[in-house]
Amino acid sequence: MKENIVIIGGGIAGLEAACQLLDLGYKPIIIEKSDHLGGHVADWNCLFPDMTPAGDIVSALISKAADANIFLNTEISFVNKLQDSYNIMLSNGISIITRIMLVTTGFSVFDASKKEEYGYGVYDQVITNKDLEHWFNTGDDRRVNDSAMNAIGFVHCVGSRDEKARNSQCSKVCCITAVKQAIEMKQKFPEAMVYCFYMDLRMFGKKYEDFYISAQRDYGIRFIRGRVSEVSENIDGRVIVKAEDTLSGKPVKVTLDLLVLMAGMVCSQDSTKVANMIKLPLDSDGFLKSADNVADIIDSPKEGIFYAGACTGPKTVPETLAEARAAALKIHLYIMKK
Amino acid sequence: MDFGFKLSPSSAINLDKVDTEKFAELHRAEPDVYKCMACGSCTSTCPANRFSGMSVRKVILGLQRGKEKEVIAMMKNCMLCGKCSMVCPRGINTRHLILSICRIYGEDMK
Repeated sequence: MKENIVIIGGGIAGLEAACQLLDLGYKPIIIEKSDHLGGHVADWNCLFPDMTPAGDIVSALISKAADANIFLNTEISFVNKLQDSYNIMLSNGISIITRIMLVTTGFSVFDASKKEEYGYGVYDQVITNKDLEHWFNTGDDRRVNDSAMNAIGFVHCVGSRDEKARNSQCSKVCCITAVKQAIEMKQKFPEAMVYCFYMDLRMFGKKYEDFYISAQRDYGIRFIRGRVSEVSENIDGRVIVKAEDTLSGKPVKVTLDLLVLMAGMVCSQDSTKVANMIKLPLDSDGFLKSADNVADIIDSPKEGIFYAGACTGPKTVPETLAEARAAALKIHLYIMKK
Repeated sequence: MDFGFKLSPSSAINLDKVDTEKFAELHRAEPDVYKCMACGSCTSTCPANRFSGMSVRKVILGLQRGKEKEVIAMMKNCMLCGKCSMVCPRGINTRHLILSICRIYGEDMK
């Protein structure tokens, strides 16, 4: 079939939609800014709640989507609106005329150094959730000292639910990611004390609550209800974390060898850039605005433009994949109708 | 008559007996007061907390639980430095809130 379908972003949403469209007989075009496919999931090690290797998910998608036209290291330079289609100019000099675009530009991880009081980029023992996954994958991070790991802390809601960071939304997946990473660290360092500092724990998904109970009962992870106010370094080069233990109503402090900040999801700059080019509106949470947040999350307010995945808000991997499949079907029906 | 024991007042919170009028007035003046999610950021940055137990989180909760007297006693230790306003993730102007509490609950403070 001749119809051009342009998928903007080669993360799991874009790949899954491409696989489905290939099965339906189309030949979609994937535009990916970086030099590899798979997006954030490609940088992850294991996925909650069954510890599925992220690499398996990504490599299966990549091999299934191999017949699509894939442009790596490519960005959209500009988009011209024609009468009933769009002319997309790519940074590699190719131009595409299409009337259908699927936006799968995803999210960005919040820049934890903006929360200066947590010391990311200041103290050597402070890393993010993403850094920890990178260390799980490669074992390469000089900030993680295997030989002296007696106490580890996780800070929930870093840059999420935070009006000072201009992100009032909940990033949804960090609670369960912290539980997962806390369990993994406890498995690697059984003697270490592992603390999670939280405001609320949101265990909404399938088997999340079981995972959380297991973290408490089987792994002895200590959950402390209080938002960390300040991180500082002591004379031995360890970090001291201060918070209020709101359940006892007393100040609490603890000295740690490693502090992991659960940086949240924010709308990526690529999403807003694409939104500006095609004149798509942003929702009040800063993510792309769907035609309807209940009934029609995949449709944009513009004809022929569709969304899938975290460009419209924080999503889990299964949610993103489900949306990508739904978007592929939507596109198929849209083409059939004409 | 001395029975050798005495009755202590109940320490339970009885929501039926809480005076909601003043808090409603506070809420009109400071709509953000209901945004508090009790994260404790204000308390852990409060320089007066360590030696006096001052806690904006406890103040907001206490006023809704009929503990005005305890709250007022606690608030006398506030130095109005405003550090709590800087850390509040919900963006509550806690320093201004404290001033409004002083205005509305002023009589209880004497």
